[in-house]
This record gives sequence, C-alpha cells and structure tokens, in this order.
Amino acid sequence: MPGVGRVAVSSPVVIRLEHVTKLYKTSTRPALDGVSVTIDRGEFVFLIGPSGSGKSTFLRLLLREDVPTKGDIYVSDLNVAKLPRRRVPRLRQRIGCVFQDFRLLTNKTVGGNVAFALEVIGKSQSTVRKVVPEVLDLVGLAGKADRMPHELSGGEQQRVAIARAFVNRPLVLLADEPTGNLDPDTSQDIMLLLERINRTGTTVLMATHDHSIVDSMRRRVVELDMGQVVRDESRGVYGVGR
Amino acid sequence: MRTDFVAREVFTGLRRNVTMTIAMVLTTAISLGLVGTGLLAVRTIDRTEQLYSDRVEVQVALTSDVSAADTDCAQAVCTALRSKLEALPQVESVRYENQQQAYERYLQLFKGQALADLVRPQSLPSTLRVRLNDQETGAQAVRQATTGQVGVRNVIDQREVVARLFDFLGGVRDVTFGLAVVQAIAALLLISNTVQVSAFTRRTEVGVMRLVGATRWYTQLPFLIEAVVTGVVGALIAVGGLVVGKFLFIDQLLSGIVSNGVVPPVEVADIIWVSPILVMIGAAIASVTGYATLRLYVRL
Repeated sequence: MPGVGRVAVSSPVVIRLEHVTKLYKTSTRPALDGVSVTIDRGEFVFLIGPSGSGKSTFLRLLLREDVPTKGDIYVSDLNVAKLPRRRVPRLRQRIGCVFQDFRLLTNKTVGGNVAFALEVIGKSQSTVRKVVPEVLDLVGLAGKADRMPHELSGGEQQRVAIARAFVNRPLVLLADEPTGNLDPDTSQDIMLLLERINRTGTTVLMATHDHSIVDSMRRRVVELDMGQVVRDESRGVYGVGR
Repeated sequence: MRTDFVAREVFTGLRRNVTMTIAMVLTTAISLGLVGTGLLAVRTIDRTEQLYSDRVEVQVALTSDVSAADTDCAQAVCTALRSKLEALPQVESVRYENQQQAYERYLQLFKGQALADLVRPQSLPSTLRVRLNDQETGAQAVRQATTGQVGVRNVIDQREVVARLFDFLGGVRDVTFGLAVVQAIAALLLISNTVQVSAFTRRTEVGVMRLVGATRWYTQLPFLIEAVVTGVVGALIAVGGLVVGKFLFIDQLLSGIVSNGVVPPVEVADIIWVSPILVMIGAAIASVTGYATLRLYVRL
C-alpha cells in the first residue's frame, strides 16, 4: 500500500522494501538501486555482499537514519520513509540494533547498560528491575549485572549489547557484523544466542562477511552487489549462486 | 518521563565537565551581578528623584539692601514678589528665609569647617524659597516672573545642582549595564560551548538513546536542564555577591551621603526585589541559548 503509510497489522510481513533507491550526493552510483525485499515475521535473514554493496545503507534506511531517494519502506505498519520526525522513536522502539563494536557505555555496569535502553524510553523502575535480570539470564550473563564492560570478554560484551537490543522485545533485531570482532568459537556462541532470540518470534536481519557462519546456519540469504539484490535464497550459503 | 533518570544524567553531565561548569557559573554570576547592580542603580535613581521632588525648591535671592532691611518679608518689595509668586499655578508654597535664618542653616551645613567662620549673616541674601507642585514647568515660570524685578538678585533652581547627581547615578547605571551586556555575551558563548562539549562527551550515550527510540525531549532535556541549572546557580551567586557587596562596599561608599539624606540607602529588601529578576534572566538566557545550540549545532 504505497503512500497509505500502513499495512495490515495481522500481516506476517515485518519488513518490506519496494523499489528502493538511495543516491548519495557525493556519489554518481546509487548505494541502493531499485531494491525490493520482503521479510516475514520470525525469519532469520543474512544480508551479504562485498564492501560498498549497500548493506549498511539498507540497515540505515530501515532505522530511518536516512531516507530513500525513491521507493517505500515498511517496518511492521509504519511507512518508514514518510514517517514524521516525531514518530521516528516509535519505529526505533520496534527495532533492536547490534554492532560490530558493541557500543556499550563504559561508565555503566552491565545491568546499567541494559537498563539504560528502558529508562530512556520512560519505562518504570519496577519494569526495569523485573526485565533486566530476565534478559541477562537469557543471554547467559546471569550474575554479571554488576560488572563493568571492560571486565568482560569480547563475546560477553556482545552479549550485553544483544541484551540491550532485545530488552524491549523488538519486532526486528538488526545485527551489523556482530561477529566481526570475535574469534570463531565466540562467534558461534553469539550465533546460537541470535538463533535463540529468533525462536522467540523476533525477526533477525544480520549483515555479515562471515562465510562459515552463513554456510553453517543455512538460513535465508539476501545478497547485494552494486546496490542491487543479486540473490535471494532461502537456506542459502555464502559464496554460491553468483 | 523518568525524572530520576533525567536528574541522574544532569548530575553526571555537570560533574563530568566540572571545570567548564564552574567557568559557566562564574561568568553568568558576574554578568548577572552587573545586571543586578544596574537594576539597583535604577531603583536608587528613582527613589532619589522622588526624594528630591519632595524637597527641591527654587530660591529667589533678594538684593542685599532688601535682605538687610526686611527680616520678615513685610515691606512692599518683598510682599509684591511673594504675592506674584503665590499667584502662579505651579507654585505650592512660598517661604521667606531671612539673613539670620540663612546664616544658621549655613552654620549647620558647614559645621566644624573653616568656611563656617568666614561668613557673617549680612553676607548672605534673604531668599524666597518656592516649593513647586509642577517640577517640569514651575522653575521656568518662577524665573520668568522674578527675573529683572526690583529687589531680585538671582534665581537658583536646586534641580540644576541635583541634576549632576542624577547624571552621575545614570552614568553608573549605564556603565554597569554596558559591562553586563559584554559579560552576558561571554556567558552566552560559554553556555553554547559547554552544551556542545557536553553533547560531544556523551555522544555514545546520545547515540544509544536515539537508537533505542528515546524521544527528542529525552535526549535533549538533560543538556537543557544542565544549562538552566548553571544559569540559576550563577544568578544565586550573583545575588549573594550583591548582598556581600552591599555590606562590604556600597554601605561604606555611600555612608556619608546616605546619612546626610542626599541619596536613599540600598536596602536588603532592594536586593530581594532584584533576586527573582536575576534568577529569571539567568534561567531564560541559559535555556534559550541551550535550546538554540542543540537545534543549530548538535545533531541529537
């Protein structure tokens, strides 16, 4: 329903891009070029492609960090591109984000980092007290709420970041190279955790360069190259199909 | 809105930039202290004007022959002048002061000084002291009615003397307001700078806040409150400075002319009257500057 701003709430579709083009002023080639992708509720999708293929732009547009030059983007029932500025927070409360560099607040404890995500959207102290230990337990950090980030390993720090992204139970979890800074074993643990979160019904969209993870998971793969979708394959692997 | 969260963020922000915060508070305090001084000067000028409008007279000095001959304005020259003055609509009352009375007042005025010994009653003129009910046009009317008349030596408008005092007080006011404006510009730039530095040092927090869907108010409010807190603390220090300044400086400086009744004293009540104005100016400048800085220079 382009232009209407809503899709049916009961629809299984969580993310929909319709002929999305993004052209940056500083570049002659579009970062995204007529991309159309639909992702259903509860899917686990890898977004792959070489550097400069448009993965980051894809994620930025979903978060409304930027707006497309052409086309429509829907997250749940929100028309992202046409969303008024004041309603952007509502969109972002439905999306959790995890990054390669964790982006933890170094002056706050593990529990404080997770609680922060709830406090800044106005959740009550009682909710925070109840939910934070639950989510720390889910990500395997029970008992570490009072540690500072620098006291944790890289894998544990990424778990804190995932806990923070998931604590508000988002519809979608966007993960931008979440294993980029981690060794293979730790990466595997993080993937198990993301799978676990996916099983709760949360859609996971993960941009990655990690062949072994994509190959071992055998989930849906959307491959971008030069801003275009060159492959969209359920149960795909990293390097096949080009 | 989680007030405990916002309060915690404000406290953290102020503590993290403690040197900038102190600089901002002090600059704001000095600026507002000067504004306060200016406002006190205005208040003193107003009160002094009122004081003098009740007291100031126009003096019509009589020639020495009339002065010497007439001790109670009973002779024709003096009574004619007096009736003429009393007939003017701007005149409230006319009082005659003879040479002896003038001499006594003179002695009182210059008591203990060498000048007091130099003067004899006959060297002072008798005067018709005219009190006006219309200060603006009255003096001119008296001058017109008496200049060139027989028995009149000259006409002295006390307002001309007092005008010099007002010029001085007005000058004090203008200089303090001028300095206050310069200092306010410095405070404004410091507030703007501090908000930017504060936002920069907390860019990770702000980035996370935006990502998890905090509203604009949530991300901006701590910075705004920080600015307002420093503005208000600056204003309170300025008020404290005015109180200290009153007791240590103004009271001593003005003690002579206050006890002589030349100017009214600066009371603590005056400072209490100025305080809310300073606090409001401090809060308003800080919040407007903070908001403008966040909108124009900081992407939150």
